[in-house]
Amino acid sequence: MVYARLILMRLLKAVIVLFLIVIFNFLLIQLASGDPAAILAGEAGAADQEFLDQLRERFGLDQPMYVQLWHYVSGIAMLDFGYSYRLGVPGFDLLMERLPATLLLTGTAFVLSLVLGIVAGSMAAARVKKPSGSLIMALALVFYATPLFWVALMSVVVFSVYLCWLPAYGLYTVGAGHTGLALVLDVAKHLVLPATTLALFFMAIYTRMTRTSMLEAAQQDYVKTARAKGLKPSIIQRRHVLRNALLPIITLAGLQAGQMVGGAILTDTGFARPGIGPLNVRSPWAARLQPTGGHFLLLGGAGDCLQHHYRFGVQPG
Amino acid sequence: MSFFARFAQNRGALIGLIILLLIIAMAILAPLLFPESPWRMVQRPFLPPLSQDGFPLGTDTMGRNVASGLMHGAWVSLLIGLVSTSVALLIGVPLGAIAGYYGGIIDDILMRFTEFFQTIPNFALAIVLVAIMQPSITSIVLAIAIVSWPPVARFVRAEFMSLRHREYVEAARLVGQSNTTIILRQILPNTLSPIIVLASLMVATAILLESALSFLGLGDPNVMSWGYMIGAARTVIRQAWWLSFFPGVAILLTVLALNLVGEGLDDALNHKLSRER
Repeated sequence: MVYARLILMRLLKAVIVLFLIVIFNFLLIQLASGDPAAILAGEAGAADQEFLDQLRERFGLDQPMYVQLWHYVSGIAMLDFGYSYRLGVPGFDLLMERLPATLLLTGTAFVLSLVLGIVAGSMAAARVKKPSGSLIMALALVFYATPLFWVALMSVVVFSVYLCWLPAYGLYTVGAGHTGLALVLDVAKHLVLPATTLALFFMAIYTRMTRTSMLEAAQQDYVKTARAKGLKPSIIQRRHVLRNALLPIITLAGLQAGQMVGGAILTDTGFARPGIGPLNVRSPWAARLQPTGGHFLLLGGAGDCLQHHYRFGVQPG
Repeated sequence: MSFFARFAQNRGALIGLIILLLIIAMAILAPLLFPESPWRMVQRPFLPPLSQDGFPLGTDTMGRNVASGLMHGAWVSLLIGLVSTSVALLIGVPLGAIAGYYGGIIDDILMRFTEFFQTIPNFALAIVLVAIMQPSITSIVLAIAIVSWPPVARFVRAEFMSLRHREYVEAARLVGQSNTTIILRQILPNTLSPIIVLASLMVATAILLESALSFLGLGDPNVMSWGYMIGAARTVIRQAWWLSFFPGVAILLTVLALNLVGEGLDDALNHKLSRER
């Protein structure tokens, strides 16, 4: 029962945070300069006063601010994420169409960076004063300092232009008409470079975290006991040190998951993948009635839910 | 041992400092070596590196000098990194100090506020903020500051919480010093050295953020920056790899140098702390 109440509390908190994000969003959009009706009229190619008034009335722009806020909040609650006038599709459809590519990318990169980061970090912790350990940490620092979008472009140059190993752009080969297993392989091939690019940066973070956490855990009394018992160092590292060091890493990784979606914006752009990233970049330009808000909400919401879910999974009770 | 000797013991930090000084020199020398605007078309486009005197790194898609852009870009990166970090500290340090010192409901409210900002992915928020405020140096600095203050606030709060019941604080209270005096003159000076280390790492992150924004076309349209150079060359990467390569190396080296310097500062300052206590 305590468990159920805990879930309920977390859910309630998530809903409150989401609600605040919606309001924050609304305020941000209000701050955007430019009359949205004028922008829309400009895009439609007509600009007489009557048409402008008609647009304002249609989208409730002539209403007082609190009424607009209400329309906005209730619209979002019913998954109405605005309408993209440039592409001629509702914001929600646009998001749903773009979301799978981003989820595939971030999911793969998340697992990849976590696994590689923990492996590299524990190797570095085991070789703490040796050159090989320092080398791992130096590499992690370089990966951390390298701009994601630059790695994306450079890996295209090396692996697809010069070596011709992997495809450079897109989600799958357009027009190849692959089905079944061939399609899966094709998508996977297109995923290798973007996922590795995105993973490198986060791998660097996890490597450093794992090393610190393991060195801390190695100071604990139970490790001394295990050593006194005469256990092999490799077993102590794996069973005693790593297990206890993992908890904070996984918690922090959950916190980072939202940031990874942010990184995916750059990777999507660098590899010209049809994710939600490029959408985020273009939408704000066309002012309030575009689906920026919905998309932004989704990002924030996803980040928040993941965080709570994650902490919950790692620290039950 | 002097502060610098301790700093220099960390060889990586020394290398970082040298790289950083070179980049600062680049920024200062840019207007002297390349007095012309980096935006000016000076040669035929797509000139490869080392093919002609005066254009060691070639020219870009519009015939602009890449070397000139790189030098002028150094100034922009360093400026935005430093100013946005200072603004982030100006927001984060007071909030963290108040939350940590007073505790209770004030702490609760301030921390929920901080968490709210941490919930939204940094980069996505920065993009939206810059887009809404229109890209300019000011809006970029503000956007980076707004997304990077929460960790400062949390860190300062934790420091204040651990220090507020120390004996010297109790003594100051007993003498009748006001809360403001205690915060500013007793506790804050004792948290400065870790804040300096944190700030040096934040400058690095800010430079990465700025370059990413410019890469996406959200940079100040009047200023030549490294991120813009990479973004503008994205579509011609197959024909002219060097247009993206060199600015990327510049960003990488700057961020790396700042991180190394930060680590060195951490070693030097912590050593001092452990000796004095």
